[in-house]
Amino acid sequence: MKRISKYSQRQTVQEFLNRETTSAWFLMLPSFVIIFGLVGYPLIQAFVLSFHFHKVTMPNLGHPFVGFKNYLSVLSDPYFWSSFQRTALFMAISLVLIFIIGILVAHLLNKEFVGNKLLTTVVIIPWAIPITVNAMMWKWIFNPSYGSLNALLTQLGIISEYQAWLSTPTSAMGVLILCDVWKNFPLVAILTLAAMKTIPNSLYEAAVVDGANGWQIFWKITLPVIMPSLMVTLILRSVDAFKVFDTVYILTSGGPYDATKTIAYFGYLETFKYLDFGRGAAIAFIMTLFIGLLAFGYYRLLNHGNN
Amino acid sequence: MNRRTSWQSVSVYFTASIVGLFAIVPPIWLFISSISTSSQLMELPLKWIPREPTFFRYFAIMFEKGNGSAAIFRQSVFNSTIVAVIVTLVSVSAGSLAAYATSRMRFKGRVEILFTMLFSYMLPPIIILIPLHVIMGNLGLIDSRLSLIIIYCALILPFAVWTLRGFFNTIPPDLEDAARIDGCSRLGAFFRVMLPLSLPGLSATSLLCFILSWEEFLIALVFTSSPASKTIPVAIAEFTHRYQIDYGFMAAGGVIAAIIPVVLSLVFQKGLITGLTAGAVKE
Repeated sequence: MKRISKYSQRQTVQEFLNRETTSAWFLMLPSFVIIFGLVGYPLIQAFVLSFHFHKVTMPNLGHPFVGFKNYLSVLSDPYFWSSFQRTALFMAISLVLIFIIGILVAHLLNKEFVGNKLLTTVVIIPWAIPITVNAMMWKWIFNPSYGSLNALLTQLGIISEYQAWLSTPTSAMGVLILCDVWKNFPLVAILTLAAMKTIPNSLYEAAVVDGANGWQIFWKITLPVIMPSLMVTLILRSVDAFKVFDTVYILTSGGPYDATKTIAYFGYLETFKYLDFGRGAAIAFIMTLFIGLLAFGYYRLLNHGNN
Repeated sequence: MNRRTSWQSVSVYFTASIVGLFAIVPPIWLFISSISTSSQLMELPLKWIPREPTFFRYFAIMFEKGNGSAAIFRQSVFNSTIVAVIVTLVSVSAGSLAAYATSRMRFKGRVEILFTMLFSYMLPPIIILIPLHVIMGNLGLIDSRLSLIIIYCALILPFAVWTLRGFFNTIPPDLEDAARIDGCSRLGAFFRVMLPLSLPGLSATSLLCFILSWEEFLIALVFTSSPASKTIPVAIAEFTHRYQIDYGFMAAGGVIAAIIPVVLSLVFQKGLITGLTAGAVKE
């Protein structure tokens, strides 16, 4: 008797679960079809492509299977590694600045002062400006002949003549980083501020009573609370910074002397300028592998921090 | 007030002004450039305040007939708007169903689905461009708004699902359970309880999807070329790569491209902040 009831109970649970699975998949069907059809299927095709010779400029050679040749040719290409290093440098400096400025601004906005609301509003503006407009705006500001930065610095007597900022390798990279930092520090500031607002004031007051100084309060109270949302933002920002393309395309087209040719731009040129689809696909998969490693590394870090 | 607090408040206002100026001066300069005459923009030394402010570029973009740059730019604004609105509607409606399933139901493949969503959001879009180009070519959709709409939906949907899931997770399941005990079906509970309660989340997600679609550049660059289909980012990029150009006109185009997302973000500021936060909660 007892056994039967147990059995029937289990069966209903099983049935319920099955029904749940069916209806869940039913709800996900539209999204699944769209994403699989337009991301999944092309992804498989691109993967196949990366193992074939496919140069649009040499149609007479056909598209033979070449195994890992495309990958080997990319991985042994010094231009690939130099654009990889450049991207890593861009990512590192840009992320450090975005996070330092973002956290400082959040700290500022968390204080009470007249104009606090207005400043929050103003800080959102750079975030909302489209990437291409942002790049165009900075290109105009740094224009070698009519740019406002040249005008400002000359009129203040800091420089004696107009500089071609975007034609010097180091300063071009600097402008690229500035452009990225300006657009993205608000995101970190907004998310950090939202996390900071969840900390009750009494906690700070108690810390002050216990004689904690500003740094101690930040390290021991604020940072642990804002950490989870900072980590998620860090993952998403790193991935975006690794893929940086739009800003490079408009600001410098990878120049001068390849000084701002990032890995995404390198892949773009290989595919759409030199029309080597096989190698282009290989570059894209190598990029994806790095993005996966990046995300996995952060994910481990995040979970480790929680335990 | 003792000396220490007054010094502190001075430093707060000082930092606040620096941050404020850093954020606002570049766009203000873009606006000033757009209302200055071309001759004044190319005058040395540069004058900061326009002598005779003029809005003729804005009027040209809004009303000029024919197929000059102004009319072409107006068409690109129209294209971007259509694409972004449709993409937002599709992503949020399909996305909310999937988000509900992944937030509330326990089923086989749930974790895998979530992982796939996140993965396709992180994918460098360049990877699927060549196969997509072939697919769109076979469908006869190259250089059309429809091709952008279809591709953007696929790329923005995972983001919509992820963000909406964050919102749904914050709504207590008890409310739905109560509705279901009262005889509501699962779908009924979703439409009558979940959706009305997550209206702020839906509007915040819509805003974010709209902005993502509005500013997308690489795919638009590869898939569109004629004035009838190219979007604002492509039009802006073309300005910056031209040698002979009225910088004021370029600036006016930039202001128009930026004004819609900026105004929307400021109007829905509160929702926007909760939207961004919902996307950033882990698991």
